[in-house]
Amino acid sequence: MINLLKLNEKYDSFFHSISLDAGSCRGCINCLKRCPTEAIRVRKGKSEIINEYCTDCGACIRVCPHHAKKATFDSLDYMSEYEYKIALPPPELYAQFNNLDDKNLVLNALVSLGFDDVYEVASAAELVSEITRKLLKDEKTRLPVISSACPSVIRLIRVRFPNLVDSISPIVSPMEMAANAAVQLAMLRTRLPREKIGVFYITPCPAKVTEIYAPLGVSKSQIDKAVALSDIYPRLLPLMKKIAADETGSFPKELGKAGRIGISWGCHGGEAGGLLTDKYLAVDGIENVIKALEDLEDSKFKDLEFIELNACSGGCVGGVLAVENPYMAKVKLTTLRKYLPVSGTHIDEAVPPYAYHDKKIEYQPVYSLGETLEESISLMNKVDELVKRFPGLDCGCCGAPTCRAHSEDVARGIASERDCIHILRNYVNKKEELKKFED
Amino acid sequence: MSASVLQLHYDVPGDDFTRAGEASSAIKNKLKQMGIAPDVIRNVAIATYEGEINMVIHANGGTIDVTIDADAISLVLKDTGAGIPDVELAMREGYTTAKEEIRALGFGAGMGLPNMKKYTDEFELKSEVGQGTEVNMKVYLKK
Repeated sequence: MINLLKLNEKYDSFFHSISLDAGSCRGCINCLKRCPTEAIRVRKGKSEIINEYCTDCGACIRVCPHHAKKATFDSLDYMSEYEYKIALPPPELYAQFNNLDDKNLVLNALVSLGFDDVYEVASAAELVSEITRKLLKDEKTRLPVISSACPSVIRLIRVRFPNLVDSISPIVSPMEMAANAAVQLAMLRTRLPREKIGVFYITPCPAKVTEIYAPLGVSKSQIDKAVALSDIYPRLLPLMKKIAADETGSFPKELGKAGRIGISWGCHGGEAGGLLTDKYLAVDGIENVIKALEDLEDSKFKDLEFIELNACSGGCVGGVLAVENPYMAKVKLTTLRKYLPVSGTHIDEAVPPYAYHDKKIEYQPVYSLGETLEESISLMNKVDELVKRFPGLDCGCCGAPTCRAHSEDVARGIASERDCIHILRNYVNKKEELKKFED
Repeated sequence: MSASVLQLHYDVPGDDFTRAGEASSAIKNKLKQMGIAPDVIRNVAIATYEGEINMVIHANGGTIDVTIDADAISLVLKDTGAGIPDVELAMREGYTTAKEEIRALGFGAGMGLPNMKKYTDEFELKSEVGQGTEVNMKVYLKK
């Protein structure tokens, strides 16, 4: 029998970055009921995450009224550990500031903060767009191609949609592309060994932290630390004001060349828009993504070339570590990109080898009830029997999100039938009646 | 019921076209929980989906029975619809008797029965005009 709590020892690729502040957790069922992959159980009054089911989508962080679910990320203090520090700002960072009409203000502020270099993730995104456009034109490519950019979606596909794993784009995500390009440039420029160069990604979400520490598709991420967008935002504000007030005319310096395509990646639909085809589907919000993947698996979508999927509503601007409302952020990005060239970054020579995944993403059957078919059949029969005994209210009081999920936990031997308050009540009533009879 | 056999039963309602495909979707998700190989899941999902759509379009619904044992997934699709007068003709790719409004939705391309045969290891169709149709299919579980 597969013991969920022990599964983690078997697959270390199931590291995830959302953690629980047990002191703040009151064991309510808000996260339990809203987790789109049924990855949460409330046991002994505390909310536990089943690592294998969690895709780090951040839904639990959004709904927890006690702020007990937390995203883990790295402190900026790590900057002192490297001789040469590079910041990788994603386009959604630009969308956090009011009245920003020049992204160089943000990039210059990052330098003021102590970074030796900045490399726009939006620039790398334009390279990803260009390589993807070529991929879609190649007649050997099996269409549609699913975007590899959202780590939460990739984690979802690998555990729930076995027949879609091979449709994931073989091209790395913009953040990984940016890290590789930035490291190469820095090593050429500084002649420092790799370990003295620190690559800091400014993350809008916990899923990207996970992708850096336990990447899928690449053997090792070139990003060294993940700092939270919400952490860096208040530090950049005063620095940006200072740079904007500079009267010498030498600031802000031109530090980024990303154009409209790269900037647009920050919002839902931006990635697909950069492919210059109208045969695409762009879906945002993890629940909608799950529905779309179900339909895609059933071959209900015809004539599509590309599928963009974002776990967060609104795209990456909707990440839980972003500060601004995602819909306002979209307005700001639209303003910011207004007078930018279509694309500021192009592949000049051959496509670098680091642009592609070097490791296959494999299906992980974590939802399988048993380890053998025989065991699965016997457990499924047990579950089907058990589920009839529960009231079907899906109230969550037992600590599982639905009566069905609870039946599975009972069949697996990790929960008890009497965790259900309705079963318990009947049991107590029966006991009392027996007692009366004895008296 | 033997412990090493799993039986699933689904009623396919014929009166609500918008719900067609729900049974095959439920079957697919059950199979994922059984640790069944992805290509087998795909084949079963296609065969049951095509059959389910056929039952809704042509036969006012029916039933799907799935039996899973160590060797194979067996599928029995039954309806009490109009029946198929010429089975050989119906098995031909592209042959369809679906109404225009159904075809406008992208169904009725005449690939349903041929696909059911193509994606299964055993396929048997019994039909009697005025009585109904029964399709028996098997997808082997390769070891």
